[in-house]
Amino acid sequence: MSRITADEVRELAILARLALSEQEVARMTVDLDAILDYVDAMRELDTTGVEPMTHAVPFDCPLRADQTAPSLSIDEALANAPRREASFFQVPRIVPGPGGSSTVEDES
Amino acid sequence: MIDARGASLVSIVDGVRAGAFSAREVTEQFLDRVARLDGALGCFLKIDDTGARRRADAVDAARKAGRDPGPLAGAPIGIKDIFCMRGVETTCASKILRGFVPPYESTVTARLEAAGAVALGKLNMDEFAMGSSTENSSVKPTRNPWSHAHVPGGSSGGSAAAVAASLCAGATGTDTGGSIRQPAALCGVVGMKPTYGRVSRYGVIAFASSLDHPGPFGRTVEDAAALLEVMSGVDPLDATSIPAPVGAYRQAARAGREGQTPLAGVRLGVPTEYFQPGMDPEIETAVRAALDELALAGAKIVPVSLPHTKYAIATYYLICTAEASSNLARYDGVRYGLRAAEVRSLEELYTKTRGEGFGTEPKRRIMLGAYVLRAGYYEAYYGKALRARRKIADDFSAAFASCDAIVTPTSPVPAFKFGERIGDPLQMYLADILTVAPNLAGVPALSQPCGFTKSGLPIGLQIIGPALGEEICFRVGGAYESRTDWHTRFAPETA
Repeated sequence: MSRITADEVRELAILARLALSEQEVARMTVDLDAILDYVDAMRELDTTGVEPMTHAVPFDCPLRADQTAPSLSIDEALANAPRREASFFQVPRIVPGPGGSSTVEDES
Repeated sequence: MIDARGASLVSIVDGVRAGAFSAREVTEQFLDRVARLDGALGCFLKIDDTGARRRADAVDAARKAGRDPGPLAGAPIGIKDIFCMRGVETTCASKILRGFVPPYESTVTARLEAAGAVALGKLNMDEFAMGSSTENSSVKPTRNPWSHAHVPGGSSGGSAAAVAASLCAGATGTDTGGSIRQPAALCGVVGMKPTYGRVSRYGVIAFASSLDHPGPFGRTVEDAAALLEVMSGVDPLDATSIPAPVGAYRQAARAGREGQTPLAGVRLGVPTEYFQPGMDPEIETAVRAALDELALAGAKIVPVSLPHTKYAIATYYLICTAEASSNLARYDGVRYGLRAAEVRSLEELYTKTRGEGFGTEPKRRIMLGAYVLRAGYYEAYYGKALRARRKIADDFSAAFASCDAIVTPTSPVPAFKFGERIGDPLQMYLADILTVAPNLAGVPALSQPCGFTKSGLPIGLQIIGPALGEEICFRVGGAYESRTDWHTRFAPETA
């Protein structure tokens, strides 16, 4: 019995924003199925009344002093950007403009 | 001048501090070894020779000017490519971060440099620290110095192999489910995963934030202790770092070497659950012999039980993939790294960039994480795992009521061959079966050499302490090391 189908894998890939080839979908379906089968052994463990443990060491979010401090300059922050324009990260058009709904990015 | 091959980090630092040789001389010697020997091993992703010489010269200048050159003066170290260094390309061995030059410095590398350590460059790893063999590096494989047909372990495989081959005297690593200890065991060096929060994660590229532990590699227990002493401490830039004072780790390692019975009064727990069928018999024999040696050093060996051990791998993979899927959402082609060409929409920019930039293992973990966090599945998988995590951590608290440290093998098998496990992700995950539980519980654990198989592959001994019990790990490790000579053997050298 399979625990995950290729269609579910395709749907998950959309949620995870991952472009997968059909070959990758096939392989991923087999791999995830085996892993999900393995982790199913957890079901037998009784965890009734057990408090979930989100951190290894108990800590209460410490607050720092609310003071301004130097941070990265605009140029430093943008230095790794694959595409920039002026002081912004450049992305493909999101809002449809007068010239059409969307455009292929210029290779500048 | 020192003989770099096999030299301990502490002996190099002592020589530099005493003026027997300069940090620059040491640096040149190690850079020369890297240039001659790393072609065959593949430990380094980037050699930062300019930066290394600048750091070494600063140490020598401080000493000449009569200032203290620092507790790690001139120590030649390698940095796992997951630690950001300002101005030095940092990629996590992933295509998606190729060309990323951090505008800031990790707390760990800043502290090491301030203490006089000389970083020589960035070390290979499994992509985003996901793997147990370094075969998941998008750049190249790293070979085990003891046998080039075998993997060095992972994910910090470049760090372990570089220390084993004396391409550096110490190294940094990160351990999310065994990624320091398992490669240390497979390469015959010392690796330490400290208590969660003991070392700041600031500037360490995140994989699974509640499980990621930065830590050191060394040739000896005291080398690892010396590095950890500098790396540790509270950091305002990491809210999960622990404000407790840093222990005297080097002193603890030395205390283990003193007298006939340095471990008198120490109770060492041996969990039956860590000696299961499937373990290589040569490993069990070596670890049982190590326990006999520790008993001769004065320790009392007591049986303990960690009854939820069998759920540790499943718990670990449910939590780490959930956290990874969230952490890796930031790689979107907008702010740094790879950006797919020829895209028509923002949506396509994200999916194509991520499809092209991530390798198979990060994709698998992002997908599994997305699956277990999905509405309707969350409670059955992620919620269940968080509860199981509590039970696994409680096992350790209960065991430490009757012992001071727990001793186990680090890995159930010695180094495996390239290609042997990479095709079956579940088999690769099971390589971590003896190391993941301390990450879930957040307790410190050390791995050190305790023998070799008949075919000459190293075997590792794991010493697990209670939270903030790094000192007992170093004391037990120092005691064992002083009674054996495994750490004095050199891996064969081929240029």
